[in-house]
Amino acid sequence: MTSLSQDCDKEKLRSVSVDLNNDSSLLIDIPDALCERDKVKFTVHTKTTLNSFQKPDFSVSRQHEDFIWLHDTLVETEEYAGLIIPPAPPKPDFESPREKMHKLGEGEATMTKEEYTKMKQELEAEYLAVFKKTVQVHEIFLQRLSSHPNLSKDRNFQIFLEYDQDLSVRRKNAKEMFGGFFKNMVKSADEVLISGIKDVDEFFEQEKTFLLDYFSKIKDSTAKAEKMTRSHKNVADDYIHISATLNSIAADDNTALKQHLEKFAELLEKLRKVEGRVASDQELKLTELLRYYMRDIQAAKDLLYRRARALADYENSNKALDKARLKSKDVAQAEENQKQCLLKFDKLSESGKKELTSFKGRRVVAFRKNLIEMAELEIKHAKNSISLLQGCIELLKVN
Amino acid sequence: MAEDREPPPLADAVQTDFREVEEGEDLFVSTVSTLSPTSPEPASFPAEDISTNSNGPKQEILLDDDQEDLFAEATEEVSLDSPEREPILSDGPSPAITPVTPTVIITPRVDALFDRSLDEVKQISINVLYLFSIIQAFYFCLQGDGMNAYMAYKVTTKTSLSLFSRNEFSVKRRFSDFLGLHSKLASKYMHIGYIVPPAPEKSIVGMTKVKVGKEDLSSAEFVEKRRSALERYLMRTVNHPALVKDPDVIQFLENTELPRAVSTQALSGAGILRMVNKAADAVNKMTIKMNESDAWFEEKQQQFENLDIQLRKLHASVESLVCHRKELSVNTASFAKSAAMLGNSEDHTALSRALSQLAEVEEKIDQLHHEQAYADFYLFSELLGDYVRLITAVKGVFDQRMKTWSKWQDAQVMLQRKREAEAKLQYANKPDKLQQAKDEIKEWEAKVQQGERDFEQISKNIRREVERFEKQRVKDFKVVIIKYLESLVHTQQQLIKYWEAFLPEAKAIA
Repeated sequence: MTSLSQDCDKEKLRSVSVDLNNDSSLLIDIPDALCERDKVKFTVHTKTTLNSFQKPDFSVSRQHEDFIWLHDTLVETEEYAGLIIPPAPPKPDFESPREKMHKLGEGEATMTKEEYTKMKQELEAEYLAVFKKTVQVHEIFLQRLSSHPNLSKDRNFQIFLEYDQDLSVRRKNAKEMFGGFFKNMVKSADEVLISGIKDVDEFFEQEKTFLLDYFSKIKDSTAKAEKMTRSHKNVADDYIHISATLNSIAADDNTALKQHLEKFAELLEKLRKVEGRVASDQELKLTELLRYYMRDIQAAKDLLYRRARALADYENSNKALDKARLKSKDVAQAEENQKQCLLKFDKLSESGKKELTSFKGRRVVAFRKNLIEMAELEIKHAKNSISLLQGCIELLKVN
Repeated sequence: MAEDREPPPLADAVQTDFREVEEGEDLFVSTVSTLSPTSPEPASFPAEDISTNSNGPKQEILLDDDQEDLFAEATEEVSLDSPEREPILSDGPSPAITPVTPTVIITPRVDALFDRSLDEVKQISINVLYLFSIIQAFYFCLQGDGMNAYMAYKVTTKTSLSLFSRNEFSVKRRFSDFLGLHSKLASKYMHIGYIVPPAPEKSIVGMTKVKVGKEDLSSAEFVEKRRSALERYLMRTVNHPALVKDPDVIQFLENTELPRAVSTQALSGAGILRMVNKAADAVNKMTIKMNESDAWFEEKQQQFENLDIQLRKLHASVESLVCHRKELSVNTASFAKSAAMLGNSEDHTALSRALSQLAEVEEKIDQLHHEQAYADFYLFSELLGDYVRLITAVKGVFDQRMKTWSKWQDAQVMLQRKREAEAKLQYANKPDKLQQAKDEIKEWEAKVQQGERDFEQISKNIRREVERFEKQRVKDFKVVIIKYLESLVHTQQQLIKYWEAFLPEAKAIA
């Protein structure tokens, strides 16, 4: 069981999506989380001045599935069809460090005690990092909801925050899951729907083209960035092994080389920590940034789909009205239907436009912030490395 | 210092495509390299005096310690200028590297070679220049098919030693010639306790690819790796005070024509004999139980045993580092391409520009990683590989001492037997057999004496050789560690440059 108390690392990931938690009438955070076997239990803490809540300060325990339930419920709510629903947080994935831990256990016999301990520490740090990351993406999801003028008032959102018992009864049962399957099929039909037809509205046409293309590109970039970061970590790990073996050689050595080897080993140990930081900073500022906005863009695409469907509905209602007029049957009903569809479509278009515009602004700001921070961190780490290296070189040359 | 080096002048370097090489142009010209940095011990004895007794060092070789230290500072270490070399490490299609032949820059630091301020310093430095390209190898095709083609290496020697007839000369040698040289030296010197530097290993796979005419980067990489290994091998050989004077070595360096060393082929008669002998040796090693009277030898043997294990482990770790660094380079290049496409797709102008800039930075960084992997390999990994093989040679020499001891013991046993036989014959009445027995006793007494002398000689030689070896090892490692750290510094400095250039672009996003 691992417990986690949040610290300033929160800031790092929060910068991925800015302008959150500014409104003090509803403040949400996840101060704690427990990892039990495969399940992570998040402590969701709410502080509010709103009357709609029973208490001003309270906490509940939630699992990942509860977040998914909340997200899906919001998506299915008609009223929010014109909004970009914040993407659901990804499932906690401890696969990578777990696999590495397994491999480490298998290779224990071939390593010195020192080496093994270091590798284990490194893995524990990685595990902790994954843990922190998952807590933060869940937190950000809630904070985006709480800072949205419409979504923050959602009844299910309130239940999620307040209901002090297990939410499992409300989660997807088999029937709903089946419904979910249909939903995915409809979605792929949607993709065809909106990519094929040229939109009359200039704004939406542009957005559609842009989002479709951008999504595939950012998905690719995310995957490549992840690979790059992983290679970086591998290099840092190699330094551990090299450093440990150098120490072994130095221990047995009684020539003038002894000190050189020791200093070299020491340096590599320090360097690998820096390299590790470089890798994890790159992951946070670059890979996570890309990943987050990839999911956000998917949410924006979903909005376009819903609008396209509303348009299709409107067009269908027109056809139905014409048919009704021809048959002179149920004309009033068809007229009403058509009016509703048009209303819905217009509402979607209007709110959609607003959402997409603010989305772009949000994205640009987040990219700017993260790219600047990443560059600054890279420079800082490189300078650190240089001072370590040069210090060592000086020492060695003197001998 | 790495900091002082300027980026390689790629525009000026020999940069031809494989196809154009037919004119006999030098494709790869290595920098002057002396991987074992200092002047050799020969300086301590009159180099003018070439011993006419060329069958192995029956004479004493004096190693003057004082003079050795003089040289430690005198000559500037000039090694493979790895960070400057065009990286040719990536195998397979590396997106950031267009298929260009590897280019190598010459900066012949001649002044570092000949430190004339010290008169007694006679120094050899050898440039091994790789002349013939893969295509031109077919020039040497013996008959018909490509499998008979071979790679020729141009060995250039610069020297002021009067052992040689000229100061500067070049010859062409094949890989099997190097193996032949080693084979001869080993058979001459190992049994008296000299540590003969091992030749680079054969590689059927690597060479076959080259012969088949694969002009990809991995073939070029293989050839460069081999060339560099051969160069280091020769340098170590000529740095050995006795070996440099050996006529086989002199002949190897000087003679235009060299009889082909057929016996180095694995499946030749000699090759099979070698394998049999190796097996026999291994068995003997297990059965000989030597009474070690000298603690020094026992200690040293243990030391080398441990060092062997540790170095192998270290070598494996460094090889892993090289591999991961190469991967990092490839993945960074791949990301760079992706980021460029993302930038193109981005509709916000300033962000689009920043993303394109990011792509450029990452592309430069992937080159950096590539070069660092090169340094990881040629500075660090190859040194370790060399020393793993060298220590095997050292252990071999200890084994030879055991064999010598064993031979001596056997002679003693034989002598004892002959004496017993003679004693018996004293009572029988066979005068002629008695005389024979007495003769045999004399013969074996001489053998015992010789055995003892041999044993003492080899012990003495080994002590001296190990001392020299250890000194050299310390020097080699010290130098390489510093060079390697400097390569790391260089990489980090470049990183700072690139990111500092990018920062304003990121800040400019409005």
